[in-house]
Amino acid sequence: MSKWFENVDWLVMGQQTVNTLYMTGVAGIVTFVAGLLIGLLLYATNEELLFKNRTFYGILSFFVNIFRSIPFIILIILLFPVTKLVTGSIIGSTAAIPALIIGAAPFYGRMVELALREVDKGVIEAAESMGATKIQIIYKVLIPEALPAIVSGITVTLVALVGYTAMAGVVGGGGLGNLAFIDGFQRSQNDIIVVATLLILVIVFIIQIIGDVLVKKIDKR
Amino acid sequence: MIRLQDVGKIYRSKRGSVEAVVNVDLTIERGEIFGIIGYSGAGKSTLIRLLNMLEAPTSGSIQIDGVEMTTLRPKELRGVRKNVSMVFQHFNLLWSRTVEENIMFPLELGGYPKARRKERVAELIQLVGLDGREGAYPSQLSGGQKQRVGIARALASNPDVLLCDEATSALDPKTTDSILELLVDINKKLKLTIVLITHEMHVIQKISNRVAVMEAGKIVEQGPVAEVFRHPKQAMTKEFVKQLTSSAENELTFAKLRERYPTGKIVQLTFVGSTAESPILAEVMKDSTLLFNIIGGNVGQTQDGALGTLFIQLIGAEQETQAVIAKLQASDVEVEVDHR
Repeated sequence: MSKWFENVDWLVMGQQTVNTLYMTGVAGIVTFVAGLLIGLLLYATNEELLFKNRTFYGILSFFVNIFRSIPFIILIILLFPVTKLVTGSIIGSTAAIPALIIGAAPFYGRMVELALREVDKGVIEAAESMGATKIQIIYKVLIPEALPAIVSGITVTLVALVGYTAMAGVVGGGGLGNLAFIDGFQRSQNDIIVVATLLILVIVFIIQIIGDVLVKKIDKR
Repeated sequence: MIRLQDVGKIYRSKRGSVEAVVNVDLTIERGEIFGIIGYSGAGKSTLIRLLNMLEAPTSGSIQIDGVEMTTLRPKELRGVRKNVSMVFQHFNLLWSRTVEENIMFPLELGGYPKARRKERVAELIQLVGLDGREGAYPSQLSGGQKQRVGIARALASNPDVLLCDEATSALDPKTTDSILELLVDINKKLKLTIVLITHEMHVIQKISNRVAVMEAGKIVEQGPVAEVFRHPKQAMTKEFVKQLTSSAENELTFAKLRERYPTGKIVQLTFVGSTAESPILAEVMKDSTLLFNIIGGNVGQTQDGALGTLFIQLIGAEQETQAVIAKLQASDVEVEVDHR
């Protein structure tokens, strides 16, 4: 083992794995909440039955599209001033988190909007006919009925986030991406690249498996 | 109970406007089953959605139980909607909830005390005959069972009015009959006023007390079911009545018989109530020298008794044929002569 991976410092590898999980986890939780909110706002302001507001929808939709379109590696660099302001630094795992959220939340928000649009209009009409308020329609009908798609959306987003953390690593964030790039690529230590990649794959697989199991459990269609 | 006066609904869009409902006047009495029949696009779906204000009318007045619906504030409207429930063609159940949880849904909305919800749900499950399926998800149910859940859910808030939007149109004939029986049952047990829309005359015949026929947004004819069946005035109404009485096979037989007995007269006899259950034809023909061919017929049940139709061909002298027709008419049988 030590002969094959002579350059790998397993302690550092472990620390950077924790860093990747830390960035993905914190950014994932905030992205989930923010994306859900963005998705609900997008859906509700574009739906006659709820809070239709063409101007609000147009503006929000425009910003979502902008942030979704900027390549992530460029977005991080553009966000350096914001990152500095929020975290006090542009280096390290914590510093990567604001950019991760801003990159992922609009992406997830769109997925939530799509998930909500898939909810049968007839069910919403039925709730309305029973005297449900708009708020009740949102939390008693829309969210439960769209939940499988909301959960599979966060699975896809988390997998994308793992990828984003690796890109963040290249421009000063921590984690396995940083390790693979700085210690692996720049110092020509291929064994470090291989091990870091394998660990990232394991993380992605675990996220995907948990997501699939959850969706299967809640989808009663 | 329900009063519509000069109600109109116009959909406006960039491409022009569509008049879905035009000058509708309608009164529906407490406790009756009122059917509205029309082809798709006749405006009946819009009309029934006006009754609980899922659609707001463009003009006119809608009163339910003396409450003017068109001027209610959103909050008041939500209150009234608990009294005017709706059953849907495609059931519109929440697939994420079990049977029990679906029926509980309106109770949750109404802030019903938690402890009493279970009790109420158990009553409703019993009423619609879903015992043992409480924990099933809609995807595990048949169409008929889903509609039973839809009906139980609609009844949960103890409404006075039940609106059925093509409630049986997605079901097979046998299941349709069982759901119709359930509707008649709850109409009697709970003294519920039921308004239903459909494109099937069979549904109207089976459970309605009164019927309105819709065409191009207007109500072209309305009255007690037996009355409308006996004397359909409008072409549209005649067409719907025909759904029940004649089949393509009858038409074939007519053609053959006309060829064989060119002087014979094909007549359609309609019997309503007690006349459908007595041997009138035999009595009338007793002292006649006329011959007759029975082509086809059927007897169905309406809420006001039996309704029968019979197609026969009378063969013999013109004078005697006329006498027999007069006798039949005198015994309260509707006679329609086929003049082709």
